[in-house]
Order: sequence, then C-alpha cells, then structure tokens
Amino acid sequence: MHDMSAHAHVAHHAPPTSFIRKHIFSIDHKVIGKQYYGLALVAVFVGMVLSWLMRLHLGWANLAIPGLHWLSSTGAPGDVMTPEYYLQLMTMHGTIMVFFVLTTAPFAAFGNYFLPIQVGAEDMPFPHFNMMSFWVTFVAFLVLIASFFVSDGPTLGGWTQYAPLSAVGAVAGPGQGMGVVLWAASIAIFCVGQLLGSLNFITTTLNMRTKGMSLWRMPLTTWGWFITSVMGLTAFAVLMPACILLILDHVAGTSFFVASNLVLNDQLQPHAGGSTLLWQHLFWFFGHPEVYIAIVPGMGIVSHVLVANMRRPMLSHRVLVYSMGALAVLSYMVYGHHMFVSGMNPVSSIAFSFPTLIITIPSTIIVLIWIGSLYGSRLRINTASLFALGMISMFISGGVSGFFLAQPSLDIMLHATYFVVGHFHLVMAVAAIFGIFSGTYFWFPKMFGRMMNETLGKIHFWLTFVGAYCIFMPFHYLGLAGNVRRYQAFVDDYLQPLIPVHRFITVAALVTGAAQLIFLYNLIHSRFGGEKAPDNPWQATSLEWATPTTPPPYDNFGGHLPTVYHDPYQYGIEGSTGDYVMQNSPEKVQSVGEEA
Amino acid sequence: MAKIFAVTIIVIAILSAIPIVRHTWWLPPDVSTHGQPIDEQMSETMAEAGLSFLAAQILLAIFIWKYSKPRPGEKIKNFPGGAMGLVIAAFLLVGTEVLALGAFGAKAWASIYLTPPSPDAMPIQVQAGQFAFYFRYPGPDGKFGPLHPDLISEANENFFGLDTTHDAASKDDIVTAEMAIPVNREIHLLMHSKDLGHSFYVPELRVHQDFVPGLDLSIHFTANKIGKYEIVCTQLCGLGHYNMKAYLEVMSQEDFDSWLKRQAALQ
Repeated sequence: MHDMSAHAHVAHHAPPTSFIRKHIFSIDHKVIGKQYYGLALVAVFVGMVLSWLMRLHLGWANLAIPGLHWLSSTGAPGDVMTPEYYLQLMTMHGTIMVFFVLTTAPFAAFGNYFLPIQVGAEDMPFPHFNMMSFWVTFVAFLVLIASFFVSDGPTLGGWTQYAPLSAVGAVAGPGQGMGVVLWAASIAIFCVGQLLGSLNFITTTLNMRTKGMSLWRMPLTTWGWFITSVMGLTAFAVLMPACILLILDHVAGTSFFVASNLVLNDQLQPHAGGSTLLWQHLFWFFGHPEVYIAIVPGMGIVSHVLVANMRRPMLSHRVLVYSMGALAVLSYMVYGHHMFVSGMNPVSSIAFSFPTLIITIPSTIIVLIWIGSLYGSRLRINTASLFALGMISMFISGGVSGFFLAQPSLDIMLHATYFVVGHFHLVMAVAAIFGIFSGTYFWFPKMFGRMMNETLGKIHFWLTFVGAYCIFMPFHYLGLAGNVRRYQAFVDDYLQPLIPVHRFITVAALVTGAAQLIFLYNLIHSRFGGEKAPDNPWQATSLEWATPTTPPPYDNFGGHLPTVYHDPYQYGIEGSTGDYVMQNSPEKVQSVGEEA
Repeated sequence: MAKIFAVTIIVIAILSAIPIVRHTWWLPPDVSTHGQPIDEQMSETMAEAGLSFLAAQILLAIFIWKYSKPRPGEKIKNFPGGAMGLVIAAFLLVGTEVLALGAFGAKAWASIYLTPPSPDAMPIQVQAGQFAFYFRYPGPDGKFGPLHPDLISEANENFFGLDTTHDAASKDDIVTAEMAIPVNREIHLLMHSKDLGHSFYVPELRVHQDFVPGLDLSIHFTANKIGKYEIVCTQLCGLGHYNMKAYLEVMSQEDFDSWLKRQAALQ
C-alpha cells in the first residue's frame, strides 16, 4: 500500500513578489488558510458580541444597552431592543457562528494550512480554485453582513430559516423580504466556496501524498479533514440548490416551499402547491452532516495535539479513523430527529430514532480511545493539551444529552427548548471551538514562527472552561422545565420563575466572552512580540514539523519533498532525538505499533 | 495544574448532576393519561445518560491526575484490554443501552402517535396564526363547517373564514380564544395553520405538535386533572412568537357544558 501512494505533479509556480499576489489574492494554501482563520476570527467576535446583546436582553428585557441604537435606530429605539431585533440578532448569531466560524476555522483554515504539508505536498492540485474558495466565502460573509444595512434589517427566521416564514416575503415580518434573500444568497455563495475547498481537500489527500505516505500513515488531522471534505461535498451540494429555490420563491413567484391558501394580514397569499416540509428535509439533510463538519476536524485536531502531549500514539489509530468515518456515514441517516414533531409521518420518527441512537456508538468509541490512550501516557500539560482535554470533557457533556434528543417520545417534552440549545452548543460549538483553540496554541509557532504566551493561554483556558460550563449546563435545566427557545422575553407564567437562571447565564456569558479578549491579545502580541519558535517546539512527529524553515517556505519543503518512513505518531520510543521519531526520518526504530 | 484540572472536572460534573438528582428544575407534573411512559422514559434515560456522563468525566479526570507526572524512565503502558476491549465495551454497553432506550421509547411514542383516537373522542379544531390560537367547537350538529381562507378577517373577527350565511354546518360552530375541555374525556384536536409554521405545546399535558401550513394534522389526548395550563407556540413564527399563547382550562363535565353554552351565546 505504501508504494501505491502517488504524487501527482502540479505545475510549479514561482513565489509571488507583489504584495497583492503574496498576501491578498494568493494561491498559496498557507496564506489561504490564514485568511480563513482571519475571517473566522472576525466572524466569531461579531457573533460573540451579538450573543452578548441577546443575553443581556434575555436577562433584563427592558434594559437600555448604551449605544445600541447606533446599530439600528429602528431595532433599538432608546437603546432598548425590540422583539424583532432580538430575533434578527439571534438569526445572525447562529448563521455567522455555524457557517463562518465552525465550518471555516477547524476545516477550511487549519485544513488549508496543514493538510498539504502533512501529506508532504507542495500545494493543493487546484490552487486557483483554492484562492477562489476563500474569496467566494469572503463575499458570502459581506453579503450576510450587508443585510444589517437594508431597510428592515436582517432576517429574523433563525439560522434554520424554516418555510413558509422564510419564503412568503416581507408580509411575514421585518427582515423577511430582502433580509431573507441576502441570507439565502450568502449561504448559496458560501456553499460554492466550500464545494471548491472540499474538492481540493479530497484531491490533495488522494493524489498529492508524498512517497511513503500511505493512507494509514496520514495523521488523524488529515483523516478528519478528508472525511469532512467528503461530507462537505455532499451536504453543501444540497443546501445550495435549496437556497436558490428559496430565493426563487421571493423573486420569481415560485412556490417551492409555500402551500396554497395561506392568509397573512388578512391577505390571501399568491402562492400555491408548495411544501412546507420540503425545506426542512433539504435543510436538515445538510444540517445534520454540518454538525459533524464542525466537529470531526476538531476531533482530528484534538487527537493530533494529544498524541504529541501524551508522548504515545492513540490506542488505535485505525479505530479512531473508522469511527470518524462511521459518524460521517451515519450523519446522513439521522437528520429526521430534528423533525420528530414537525408533522412528518410518525413511523419515520421511529426510523430516524434508531440510527440517531446508534451514532452514539462511534462517538463513544472515539471518547473511550481518547481516555484509554491517556492511561499509561506521559501527559504534558500546556495550553494546547488543556484545550484538547477540555474538548473531550465538553464533548462528553454535550454528547450524553443526545440520548434524550434521539428519542421521539422525549422530544415531545424537549423539542425547541433550551435543552436542545444546551446540547448543540456543547457538542458542536464549544467542543469545536476548544478544538480550534487547541489547534491555535499548538500550530501558532509553525504558522507565525513565534510562540504564544503560555501564562495568558492558561488564564484564557481556565476562564473559558469554567465559563462555558456555567453558560451551557443550565440550558439543560431550563429545557427540562419547558423553557422554549427563540423567545425574546419570558411572559408565560411558568417561564417567569426561570428568569434568574437566565441572568446567571448572562453574567457567565459576559465574563467568558471577555476572557476571549485575553486570547485576542495573546494572538496579536505573540504574532509580533512572541518568543521565536524553534522548528519543532513540541517534539512532534508529523511532516508540518519537518519543514526546512518556520514558517514553511512557499513550496513547503524547499524543493525537496520528504519521503515518509513511519506511521504518523512514533512517540514513546527510544530514538536518537529523544522519545520520538519524525515521519520523514529514515532512522530504523522499534515501532511502538498499535494494538488494533 | 493537572491535578487542579482533574479536580475541577469532577467538581463540575458533580455540581452539574445535583440539580438533576434533586429535580430543582424538572418537567412540570403530568396531567395526561398518556404521559406516564414519557416520564418513565425520561427518568430511565436520565439515569443511564447521567451515569455515563459521571463515569466518563471521572475517568478522564483520574487519568489526567495520574499520568501527568510520570516517573523518569517510566515507559508508556496500554490500557488493559486495548482498543478492541474498549470497542467491544462500547458496542455491548452503549449498544445495549441505546437499543433498549430506542425500543422502549418507540413503544411510548407509538402508544401516542400511532394509536388512533377513539370514535367518541371529542373533536376540537385549533387554528394557529400570527400570533394567536383560536379554537372551534362543532356545536350541536357535531359537524365543522368548511373553511374559506378568502373570508378570513381579523377585523370582522372571522378568524377561521367561516361562511355562516351559506354553510349550514358553520352556523352553530363555536369559536373561542381559549380552550376548555372536560376532564377525563378524550380530545381529538384537529390542527390547522392559516399562515405559517407554529406549534402546540402544553408541557403539563405532554403534548407537542407543529402546525404545518397546507397539511392539517391531528393529535389526541385525555387530561386527567382539573386546572389551567398554558398553550405556547414553539415554532418561530415572527416578531410576536414569544407572546403567542392561549390557556387550556380542564374542567368538570358540568362546568364544561355550561362554559360551552356561554360561549355559544356569545357567537
């Protein structure tokens, strides 16, 4: 198998010299990776500020938030948020976070930078497509943000944009006209970027591996990105046409998602024959794989960071890869669990329930392999490994609530409550973000040639770890008590006693959010003033640490592609350089092997 | 630092579990005849998920504590049983657990959603629209008159679009803004949306179903405790979504009969 790994030669391109070709319209996968990271960083701060505003409003509904009217004079007259403005901010928070942070950072940013290097390639096979994928994504972000500046603001329909609320136009409320069109256009454009990116990731993995780099010698990160790109290719290919159909319902008089005889504002709507549930099927066919698109790269990153810090390979490399693959396959069979009480045939609910429950098996195996690999290891504690271990804790906490939401009989109580919000924030958002942080602290030295400040990193970790639990664990309690999500205020009699819990969450969210400023400071300060990084500061084994310079040169390996001699994680052995042997080292060692 | 981290994980896990064990925030008391299997399933799942949560977090913490300060020269060791042992454990423990949960959960679900209402269940129609529920009782003839969407008018309080001039069955229909039902009597609720997606959620009644525009659905239930409960919308339907609610009053048969008479007189 080793000799079968082919390396397709691409046309060599000389390093660019102009600023624009070097830093802006660059075809270098490393620059594109950093651009994706920068976009995700801007997006996550926008999304976080939106969540602060939402949380303040949920804790104190009539609170005047100084300066809010500058954001929207109609949405916040007298600095107090209107109900529709709350929903608009909520929709933008969800959309920005899911698409422009959780998809771009762990997958597009780190994947672009490190996948080609980890397989020993000098670039991706379609570098111009790669450049296009970032700039298309950037345009998608601008289109989404532009909806803040149209007359009645962004859409209020939630990141899921259920029809017919999203399809009937401005008659359904503020933002439901141009706001939805911009939202759908943004997401359709975003899909183009991700499809181009996924194609590049797949072809790089399959065709660009260097000599000796068999599939099983690829690091777990590469496996994570590869599996994710296969999911991306199929999931975004469904979401994009769905968004186009939604736009057509607005601008071309079609009725794909609008049924006949709907009456809004006492006016019979000029639509007929569409299906409300069609949108939900199309959206969730994308939406559930999207959960794994967000988390599988994080699983790869956490595994990669852990092995370097445990000084041992995973208990089983292959079982982890097979389990991530199983998650990807099963992710297409479970989407109906979002629709148990949607009016879908109740027999289908049972059919979707079982694969949803079964997907807990590969998830459990992944967690057990992580924990089992910690046993007998030589664990190093640093910010990167703390975030990796924190991710495992978050993934467990978010994962166990999946047992509930997989069962239609319990969904009767929990559907559309804060229990669901707590579940997905922990398992796909916080866990994925911990993966991003872990990857950042781990790879920053390679990307920028400087070390990040460990003390600031650890303060950032502690505040984020405890803070995230203080925010998201109480969401589950609220959900059990029947607290419905997507409410801008709690006027129902049974919800009012829960307001103190919301206030606690708000305070926790503000503190945890403020802690992210420490990260931002560390990032910027270390970029320019951090201690100079050695080529391999973590004594790690994979090829990104074998580049001739740090950061790597334009063609990654200085004109000499490496040859791979070992499995990716030769730690815990007696090599000439210490307890590890790099993948490209011809040194013969007693392989630590693996059990399964 | 590893030890502090390990202790923190365990403290967070235990603190998280305390409100669950104490039922500080929990499902409201059940007032339905079908809710018991749901509540039992919830408790069963909570026990299994809770134990898995605590076991995994504690194991993670113990290994972080124990293996972060290896003695010099100490070689790495493999977990007893290795990866295959863990895979087998996952299949056996979690596989059995989820199949059992799935089977019992499916039974609870089927007893509610796959069982038809009894023929003598009392039909009530509920219509959802931005941002209110309206209810319709068929009147003495036992029949609902047809709906005419073009006649819907909030201004004229013709919320359902009834044509009482031409449709005989509509003449005695009783339309209300609140829902009343007799205790211990099965209700067959016919659900209709006039505009967008909405939902009918009464936590105490263990009832939750979306309204689908263009697709009239029905659910059935029996309330077994007299009281007043809130009906809330859980499907985002626009700016007034948070305030879309109505009350469900469960009353004795006598009280219900006199309530319905009063409502009929108001039509």
